[in-house]
Order: sequence, then structure tokens, then C-alpha cells
Amino acid sequence: MKIAVCVSHVPDTAAKIMVGADGKKIDSNGVAFVLNPYDEYAIEEALKLKEKTGGEVIAISVGGEANKESIRKALAMGIDSAVLLREDDDRDSSGIATALADEIKAQEIELVFFGKQSVDFDNSITGQLTAEILGYNCVSVAVAFSLEGNEITAEREIEGGREVIKTSLPAVITAQKGLNEPRYASLKGIMSAKKKVIEEKTAAPYIKNVELISMKKPASKQAGRILGSDASAVPELVNLLRTEAKVI
Amino acid sequence: MANNILVFIEQRNGQIKKASYEAAKVASELAQKLNCGVHAILLGSAVADAANVGLYGINKVTFFQNENLLNYSSAYADIVSQYAAENNFNILILSNTSLGKDIAPKLAIKANAGIAVDCIDLKVDGEDIVLTRPVYAGKALIDVKITSENKVITLRPNVFNPGEVNGAPAEIETKPIAEVSDKCRAVEIKKAEGKIDVAEADIIVSGGRGLKAPENFKMIADLADLLGAAQGASRAAVDAGWRPHSEQVGQTGKTVSPSLYIAIGISGAIQHMAGMRSSKYIVAINKDKDAPIFQVADYGIAGDAFEVVPALIEEIKKVKSE
Repeated sequence: MKIAVCVSHVPDTAAKIMVGADGKKIDSNGVAFVLNPYDEYAIEEALKLKEKTGGEVIAISVGGEANKESIRKALAMGIDSAVLLREDDDRDSSGIATALADEIKAQEIELVFFGKQSVDFDNSITGQLTAEILGYNCVSVAVAFSLEGNEITAEREIEGGREVIKTSLPAVITAQKGLNEPRYASLKGIMSAKKKVIEEKTAAPYIKNVELISMKKPASKQAGRILGSDASAVPELVNLLRTEAKVI
Repeated sequence: MANNILVFIEQRNGQIKKASYEAAKVASELAQKLNCGVHAILLGSAVADAANVGLYGINKVTFFQNENLLNYSSAYADIVSQYAAENNFNILILSNTSLGKDIAPKLAIKANAGIAVDCIDLKVDGEDIVLTRPVYAGKALIDVKITSENKVITLRPNVFNPGEVNGAPAEIETKPIAEVSDKCRAVEIKKAEGKIDVAEADIIVSGGRGLKAPENFKMIADLADLLGAAQGASRAAVDAGWRPHSEQVGQTGKTVSPSLYIAIGISGAIQHMAGMRSSKYIVAINKDKDAPIFQVADYGIAGDAFEVVPALIEEIKKVKSE
């Protein structure tokens, strides 16, 4: 069985984000980019499945040259091969989903894992969009997954609990933290990743339906008051919460 | 083509979600500004409080009813998109709940619509609707507009005030569905043990590494219970295995905007603050007076949590009994 994992290349969550001079995207100077953290859960789940049932796992990413760094990390974790769908301009989620769906269809892949969201634009929709374009079933925000033959049982996180989902292949699964414990790349994995080929193709065209007007920093919150350094400040705190903030 | 708005009303277990009332209010206000129609759609088994959406400015609700629509399934997107297409609705508004996040992109593809999710503000500018949404977990905001005729918009819960706009209950048109085709369906809901979810809570009490050990989260739970609050945790506390991931607040956890966020023993890593900085009021209790959390806190106590929190619990009990 051939399994795909779609990966993205995003600013590290510890990065400070500043808006660039064009007022439309971030200033990426000095910002460290990493494999999207949620994609690690997607990769781990695909690798676990491959270890159980055999087959191959392919990583697919949409973007420019820089994405190769995250693709190499995926390869080092144990992914067999990779395709980079070249796009040097920014694409929105729909544009990325269109390109991914095109490649998944061409390769006739019936099980696709995503991270539940990329921690850049935080849309949390690329997996669902891709599934719908392909006409595949879809379980988003999965915290449990199992496959028996063609039948999928998964659990997705919802407010205050989990939904147990039954569905079947072909399917897209988007991974939430808690789905598994992603492995670290071994030294051997890192060495062999260097030799694996990243196939490059042009990303399929798409229709742009959303226009980004501007990007700005949120209004900075003013630091408040430190009321004290021990329990003696508690009555004042409770008083302020009741009379000034009126929240309790 | 004239605009026509459809708002998706979500029920869980037959109860309409508060976030859907927020969406209803936003949809009715948008309809006024665009001078166009607005209608609500609801799917479920039996929904007792369906007429309540009228209190938020929506006069009519179409209720698709079948016992198999109690829980979410792929049938939801099929029914909503078919209804929207047949009745010429071009703007679809939903709340960005776990269900909303799952269904909205599917509806967008089915309708060839542009999609903007998790919006925190929406303005009409001539013909355009300008949507503001957080990116990079709130470290930046973007304004976008959807350029296609059909539009799907989801709204971040807990941001728009659902104040009632008129007193009339909505008229409900019930449409029984003979058969539900659901090739992807929720067969069971596993509830987390009687707790309020951080994503929906009005007050959150969060603990971090400063609490030193998992058993010390008892006082976080006690304070949360006392305030009717949800319990949250920092990534450090979750990664240490002290608390479940469902409680994690931050960039790789949940982004929250409650009325009150109390951070205890949390220093305020960038990724944590990204997830809670839009809270209306923030209280920080941390031993280190230089901790970054104090830069976003409205009120802080730079003291030992093991001393301050029990005193806080006693004080709140005291004022509650007065």
C-alpha cells in the first residue's frame, strides 16, 4: 500500500513574528523554519502503518527550495521518497490543496495523512479541502487511528470529548498531538535521507478566491500591575476581579 | 447575483451551541449591512431550543431532521451544500468549532467558494466583506476578502458578543429526511469526565511547570471548580505528562479567548502567550517577577503559587459566601 504524508515548512513556534516591509507577509529574516510540528504526528502514523502492513510512504510538499529542509527531516524519520511541488509564490490553503490533490490522484494514493494545521496561517483546512477535491473520506483532528482492510476507525477531538468515527478508504486523516509519539530521526536515517531523491514537479494551477489585503501586528497589550509578592496581595486581586474587571 | 446569507446552527446532543448564537447574530447584522436575506439551517434529531435563534435576529430556520443526524457525519456537508445551492445562498456563515472547522472547507469545495476561517472581525467595505483573522497563533493579524461569488466564513467562538437583538422566536420549518447516507460518521461520543473544555470556557485556570509535580494540579482543579472554570495547562506541563493534551493552551494546543485567564506557575513562552493573549483579563501568579507572562497580565502576583493559590481559594470562598 502506498501512503502519502503532506508536509509543510513553517516558522518555529518559538519565533518572534514581525510584519515585512510590504505589509502583507512576515519578515522572515532571522526566523528559523522547521517541519510543521503536527506533521510529525502524521509522519509517525504513516510509518507505523507501513511497519505493520508493508508498502511505501511518500512525502509531498508544496513550496520553494526551502521546503527541502523539512522534507529531508521527514525522509530522515523514515519516509521512503518525496515530491516537491514547486511554487515560489505564496499559495493559500485552497491553492495548496489543489496541487496536493493533483499529485495524490496522479499517484493513485488512497490514504493520506496531514498535520491537523500548519502553524503559520493556522487555517486547519488543507486536509479537508484536499479530501473534498478528491472525493475521499476525511477525519480531521485525529487522536486515534486504526485500519483493518479498507475499514477505518478513528477518534477525533471535539469540545469536551472525542468522536469515534467509522469510515473507509480512500481517506484523508489529519493528525492532532496525542495521536502517537513521533520518533526521532536516527543517525542512520539522517545519513540515508541525504541520498534519497526529492522529485520536483510544477504545482498544478489553481483559482485564487481569497485576496490578502494586509498583515499587521495585534495591538500590544499593556502590562498590568503587579499587586504584590505574596498572599497578602490576594484580597486586592479578588477585589479588582470583582469590581474593575467584573469577571467573577 | 444578489447576496443571500445562510447561517449554520450547530447542535450537540440536541442543544444549540452558544457559538452558533454568536454566528446567528453576526449573520443577521451582516444581512442588514448588505441589505440581503438571511436564513438559518440546522441538522439534528430533535432540537428543543431551535426557535431561540430568533432572539439573535434570524426569523426562519430550516431544520433537517432524522435520528441519524444527531451526531456529525459526512451527510451534514451533503445536506447543507445541496440546500444552499437549491436556494441560492451565496454566503455561508459558521462558527469555527470542531464541527465547523471540519465541515466548512468541504462546503467551500462543493460550492466553488473562497473560504476564510477563524475570523475575529468582519466589516463591509462597499461590495466587499473584509475579514480579520489571526495567523501565527495570533502573533499577527491579516485582513482578507473573498473574491468569488460564493463565500464560506467561519467565526472564532467567544469573540463576537451574542447579545439578543429582538424577542421573537424563529419560525421553524422541519424537513424530515428519509435516509441519511453517511460514509463517514461519528458512531459514539466519548465524553471527557464532566469537565468544561478550554476552547469553550469563559474562565480558564492554567498551570505550568512552576507547579513542580502532577499532584500539585489539585489546587488548579480546586480553583477552577470554585470559579466554574475550565482547567488548562502549558506545553511544559503537558510534555512532562502531568496533564492531557486536550488541556494545552498555546500555539500547538488551543487558542483561547475567555473573559478571565489565570496563569499559575507559567513563565509565558512565546508559543503559550500566542494562545491566550486575546483573553479579556489575564491574571499571572509566578515566583519570578521578570517572567514574560507579567507583560501581558492585567494583574499579577509575583509570589509563590503554593502560598498564593490556597489564599486565593479561601478569599474567593469568603466573598462568595458574603
